Amino acid sequence: MAKYLGKRIFYIILTLFIVSTITFFLMKLMPGTPLTNQAKLTPTQIHQIYKQYGLDKPVWQQYLVYLGGIIHGNFGTSFQFSNQPVSYLITSRLGPSLIIGGQGMVLGVLAGLIVGAVGAIRANTWVDTSATIISILFISIPSFVLAVLLQYYLGLKLRLFPIADWGGFMYTVLPTLALAASPLAETARFMRTEMVDVLSSDYIELAKAKGLNKVGIIYHHALRNSLIPVVTIIGPLAVNIMTGSMVVENIFSIPGIGEQFVKSILTNDYPTIMGLTIVYSAMLCVVLLITDIVYGLIDPRIRINK
Amino acid sequence: MENDKDVLEVRNLKINFNTYAGTVKAIRDVSFDLRKGETLAIVGESGSGKTVTTRSIMGLNSPNAVIDSGTIMFKGQDLLKKSRKQMDKIRGRDIAEIFQDPMTSLDPTMKIGKQIAEPLIIHKGMKREKAYAQALEMMKLVGIENAEQRINNYPHQFSGGMRQRIVIAIALVNYPEILIADEPTTALDVTIQAQILDLMKELQAKTNTSIIFITHDLGVVAGMADRVAVMYAGKIVEYGTVDEIFYNPKHPYTWGLLNSMPTMDTSGTELPSIPGTPPDLLEPPVGDAFAARNKYALKIDTEKQPPFFKVSDTHYAATWLLDPRAPKVTPPEPIIERQKHYAKLVHQEIDKSKGKHVEEQEEQL
Amino acid sequence: MADNAKQTSAADFTPIAGADRAKLDDEKIATPSLTFLQDSWRRLRKNKAAMIALIILIILFILAFGSGFFETHNPNATNPNLANLPPKIPGIDINGFNGTIEQSGSRINAYAQANAGNHFYILGTDYLGRDLFSRILYGTRISLEIALIASFFDLAFGVVYGITSGWIGGRVDTLMQRIIEIMLSIPNLVVMVLLILVLKPGMTAIILSIAITSWINMARLVRAQTLELKNQEFVLAARTLGESSWKIAFKHLLPNLSSVIIINLMFTIPTAIFFEAFLSYIGIGISAPQASLGTLINDGQKNFQFLPYQMWYPAIVLSVLMIAFNILGDGLRDALDPKSRE
Repeated sequence: MAKYLGKRIFYIILTLFIVSTITFFLMKLMPGTPLTNQAKLTPTQIHQIYKQYGLDKPVWQQYLVYLGGIIHGNFGTSFQFSNQPVSYLITSRLGPSLIIGGQGMVLGVLAGLIVGAVGAIRANTWVDTSATIISILFISIPSFVLAVLLQYYLGLKLRLFPIADWGGFMYTVLPTLALAASPLAETARFMRTEMVDVLSSDYIELAKAKGLNKVGIIYHHALRNSLIPVVTIIGPLAVNIMTGSMVVENIFSIPGIGEQFVKSILTNDYPTIMGLTIVYSAMLCVVLLITDIVYGLIDPRIRINK
Repeated sequence: MENDKDVLEVRNLKINFNTYAGTVKAIRDVSFDLRKGETLAIVGESGSGKTVTTRSIMGLNSPNAVIDSGTIMFKGQDLLKKSRKQMDKIRGRDIAEIFQDPMTSLDPTMKIGKQIAEPLIIHKGMKREKAYAQALEMMKLVGIENAEQRINNYPHQFSGGMRQRIVIAIALVNYPEILIADEPTTALDVTIQAQILDLMKELQAKTNTSIIFITHDLGVVAGMADRVAVMYAGKIVEYGTVDEIFYNPKHPYTWGLLNSMPTMDTSGTELPSIPGTPPDLLEPPVGDAFAARNKYALKIDTEKQPPFFKVSDTHYAATWLLDPRAPKVTPPEPIIERQKHYAKLVHQEIDKSKGKHVEEQEEQL
Repeated sequence: MADNAKQTSAADFTPIAGADRAKLDDEKIATPSLTFLQDSWRRLRKNKAAMIALIILIILFILAFGSGFFETHNPNATNPNLANLPPKIPGIDINGFNGTIEQSGSRINAYAQANAGNHFYILGTDYLGRDLFSRILYGTRISLEIALIASFFDLAFGVVYGITSGWIGGRVDTLMQRIIEIMLSIPNLVVMVLLILVLKPGMTAIILSIAITSWINMARLVRAQTLELKNQEFVLAARTLGESSWKIAFKHLLPNLSSVIIINLMFTIPTAIFFEAFLSYIGIGISAPQASLGTLINDGQKNFQFLPYQMWYPAIVLSVLMIAFNILGDGLRDALDPKSRE
């Protein structure tokens, strides 16, 4: 186990190193500088600003400084907010994103499991059809459309929840719902397929031959066997949530990293974009590692000892 | 045919499957008995209806199966009239089943101890400890070494043969009246097959369970069964004792099956096979379903289904060839060999039984 | 038993021979044999939802690619005098389609107010007076074009990558898998954003960035399937017959991979459509004055409270497009891989 963990962590570090390197050089290729949006500056002023950001040094030197900084958790200074270190910008905004992302994930996966399981148990009936329609709708309707509709109808029209801003649980409800749609649909689809497979398997047939009733079969044999593989899609679902959070946070004005990412893109704030890219990759790596470990723990057929 | 010793009586069973393509007549009038402690082998190729027949006994046919007619009498009650809940109580207690592939018939995420104990907990309401103790007994009985340690293992930690032993332990843990074994050795290596068959015979002797043994492999039947029923296209075409079927077969389909089975004295280079494929049961033929593949087919075979003709008290075959008006046909060479062998067997029997003539008579009744 | 026998004559008990025999043999071939694709198509045709989705997609394709023909106005022509006009279809007098709008409690005729004369816009106009219907058609075309081009790249690159990785195996495979693992640990959207920033927003940047990120799934699935097929007898047979390795890979493997490829492609397309709309929505995709469903939704959203149709229509078209592709994808999966259902 320790050996496996060590190996995985080494790969994560390698991945993050590659990601930082690629991001760094991509950013160097980019058109536009922090000064693109500024009024005309004198050459002396430009030189001064370049010096302030270390942009006057050769590229390889900038790269080494950058890598050294990352190791110490320093992603440089934001172009957009000239005095703020990127690391501060990110850490101060990580909280809201993790809250709505986490809530959206938990809600989406749990609801998806129920919808998928019910669909499979009542396969090829109207219940199954409705479950399928729900998942197709939630997979197909883009998060930004759903978020606007939720905001307008549940927030503005019915006044059930605050339409935007951040400050307590009520503010998280609508963004959570908007984010939960995609994991709900994906989980429901996956769960249904898995469970239909399990329900038609030989060991379910044997369980019937033992005289177990329907509830017993589902509870003792079908659920566990179809739940285990669902762990493997948590990683891709986390990606969905990250993608979704960029627009959802924007629509609901949530001070999170997703909103910051979009803002940084629109203002060419390269240090922040680079920092967030690395943070997103790191989060995804951790999620993938955790799900792999959990999968190994709950499936008796897989033992992590490689 | 009926007597007190019958534990199961299947009468005029007809089962249809509603599919997109139409109604598949999977079982077309099947009747047979199962006696206490005997092994009845049902032999036939895939799609002949063997499995559907046993599924109906278990009440486990898929939802699109429709029982057209018939009764399955068990302990004086018709199993076909039982509700799902009532069948849940019978399955695993009175009638148990072993499946073909031991690699897939155990729950991969449940410890085998629990899987064996489950029928005890469901049917006898046993407490966990007691059920596990009995499961352990059963594991020893089916020949699993180190049972104490292995009770906490998962299925993937066992070999195929061992897994089939576990499946047998699950089936027999409640000492059922009837054990249905659906091709229990098909997925196993030949050496393991023999072990499993021996185990089944041994356990049958101990528990006096009646076994319905489904197989497409006549070779397995010889050493295992007391009586044999040959199924073709949803009907039983011939049934009799194992000797009668093996050495005095009457139905051309049984001839074909026996011919395509290698024996110790199989000579020649090529094993003959039955040409063609079974008929489409969406529209079963009016006459004998086997006619199209039967080189001895008579004109009447295309017009009318043959009734059962009696060969002996225990031996019946449904083929027009047995009708007195039918021309005498010569069965294939190996079958004649078998019949000669059978004649010898019968002579021996008669010689042996001269002293106990009275007993013999009684058994005939 | 005896009754049965009575009704039959002795003539019936003659062996079948000659023509009768041949007739009997003929009966055996009852059902015509279908090729794999014919059989799949038959199954797909039975799936009503998938067929409806297919028809909707065909209609959308015709409307979008024939948009020059169907367009009622130039999609990019601004006309500030006729800005924010609600939908009006002549001859239909239902609120929402008759050119009237709710203003401070009462319904007024927006067209009369704007002196629109004989002009009418069946889905209304946007804040610059551009015809929404024409813009939606144009946006749909952009979505479909991007989806098609991106899936072409996906096909070309993902399939080749997958086959190469699986077929060669060994160290090459390990290396190629490591690359995929690294790609997988960066969210796709982040990669796209980086690429688009480097390439400057626009059609090319979007297509390239979607192509570069979307092939991974295809490559993984194709590789897995290749590994499975590699050890099967028909491949072994081809090897024994001395066919070259690459010939086997493309002549024998590719047809057997077709199900996996088609199914995965059907799910790549809605993903590509989604990402284009997403990027345009956040402002780094298709740029003004060109229309894309993403930018239309973004524009419409600003006025959603007062002029809801400006967001509803593009949102509905985008959703219908996605739903149709997803349903068709599901249908194709069921048709091509009968095991997956029931």
